[in-house]
Amino acid sequence: MSDQVVAKPMPEPTPDTQPYWDGLRARKLLIQSCASCGKLRFYPRPMCDACYSMDSTWIEASGNGTVHSWTVTHHPFHAGFKGEVPYILATVDLAEGVRLNAQVRGIERDALQMGLPVKVGFEAGADGLNLPVVKPTG
Amino acid sequence: MSLREAAAISGVGETAYTRGSGKSVLAMQLEAALKAIQDAGLSPKDIDGIVPYGAGVVAEDFITNFGIADLRFSAVTPMGGASCVAAIQCAAAAISAGICNHVLLVIGRNGFSGNRIGARVAQMPQFRTIAEFEMPLGAIAPAQLYAPMARRHMELYGTKSEQWAEIAVSTRHNAILNGNATMTKPITVEDHQNSRMISDPLRLLDCSLESDGAAAVVVSASDRAKDMAKRPIYVMGVAEGHPDSPSAITQRPDLTRLGLAKAAPKAFAMAGVTHDDIDVAEIYDCFTYIVMCQIEDLGFVKKGEGGPFVGDGNIKLGGRLPINTHGGLLSQSHMAGMNHICELARQLRGEAGRAQVADAEIGLVTGYGDMGDGSIAIMRRG
Repeated sequence: MSDQVVAKPMPEPTPDTQPYWDGLRARKLLIQSCASCGKLRFYPRPMCDACYSMDSTWIEASGNGTVHSWTVTHHPFHAGFKGEVPYILATVDLAEGVRLNAQVRGIERDALQMGLPVKVGFEAGADGLNLPVVKPTG
Repeated sequence: MSLREAAAISGVGETAYTRGSGKSVLAMQLEAALKAIQDAGLSPKDIDGIVPYGAGVVAEDFITNFGIADLRFSAVTPMGGASCVAAIQCAAAAISAGICNHVLLVIGRNGFSGNRIGARVAQMPQFRTIAEFEMPLGAIAPAQLYAPMARRHMELYGTKSEQWAEIAVSTRHNAILNGNATMTKPITVEDHQNSRMISDPLRLLDCSLESDGAAAVVVSASDRAKDMAKRPIYVMGVAEGHPDSPSAITQRPDLTRLGLAKAAPKAFAMAGVTHDDIDVAEIYDCFTYIVMCQIEDLGFVKKGEGGPFVGDGNIKLGGRLPINTHGGLLSQSHMAGMNHICELARQLRGEAGRAQVADAEIGLVTGYGDMGDGSIAIMRRG
């Protein structure tokens, strides 16, 4: 029992959000863009809050960003993450103006500060799911 | 038209707060509700409106068990920990519209012995966005979702964990005075600093309890409440407020501003009182940081000044703004703030026992829920 692997929470995409997950599968971070007025929105959702258009396109994020905030999780709230604590989750201001939340790779906790430049990467998870991760630049 | 003094708290009731009730959630809610109804001097059949917390139990359960012949109003206010205080606004609005006279607000849960928080939130529609986009990353529980707000506040304003410790310590002190609290051992700032890290910067003693129990409040039309069993506690001002980006904290322009910042000015304006008039405050305390942030968003201090305010003892009994005089969610019980409403009513009636704030005349209670929804009620003794 002790080495039984518990599945992590998996997304359940909807028609509104499927392109985002398909993008990650292709190692691309896609941001939804209003087809009518061009406003970017994240997380994916059906309607533009500026012009109420329900038509959207997707742009590929540059992957450049800076750290806005972070937390280091020590308590495993889900058995699927028990083997990974402590892990760092960073809130990142992407160059495109929306924020990403993702686990940090290759940056020590004490090196984190507001405004620290970072780069978005990708990591393969279970069942073909790719997730974004936050990495050092360069 | 305003809801100012349209309604009053006429009755409050709580079960024993435990970690392992051995009872059904419905049985506990009926017990607490009956206590509140009897406290108000009413019969269960007098209840003509119900706003249940909205998890597991519905208005129909009370109709069936209380034999209510003609329930005229039911609603839910699904805002997590902001629900109970938001339900006061809902009840006052229904009363003010002439729909009903006596509205039961009720919550009960086996939050300790049943499903724990990490498993529970994934099933709530308010967390649908988080469930799809953040839980797969490992951001599962409220402590993890809220910790970046606390970290941002620290980095922007130099706020210290030791300042939040003062909230944990004074709240524990008050719980010990209460007599119906889960946590009864005194703690120190050092204990707080030595408690294990949950999601940095939030330590174990920054986090609220998971509890079994139930609590209920009766909100009555003011013209009825003035002649009922207990001194009426009039609702002078009440409001709810939703933060920017209410479904995902990550996307919020200002991580340190909660929905309460929008609600508080409305409630103070409706009540016609100032911050100096507030004798006691029961402030939603799912986490110590959230208490400090609300003290700022309520306007007692400017944004960024909450750390020194809570760190300097202002929130203790006898301080400038005594808070959570019952022990709160941190040390009494996690009844999503219904216990805060019960305590405010007791304080303003003069029934708060060893934690009584001398001559408390006006007080406020807040709720905070989900990704930052806020609610506030300002009350006065009749």
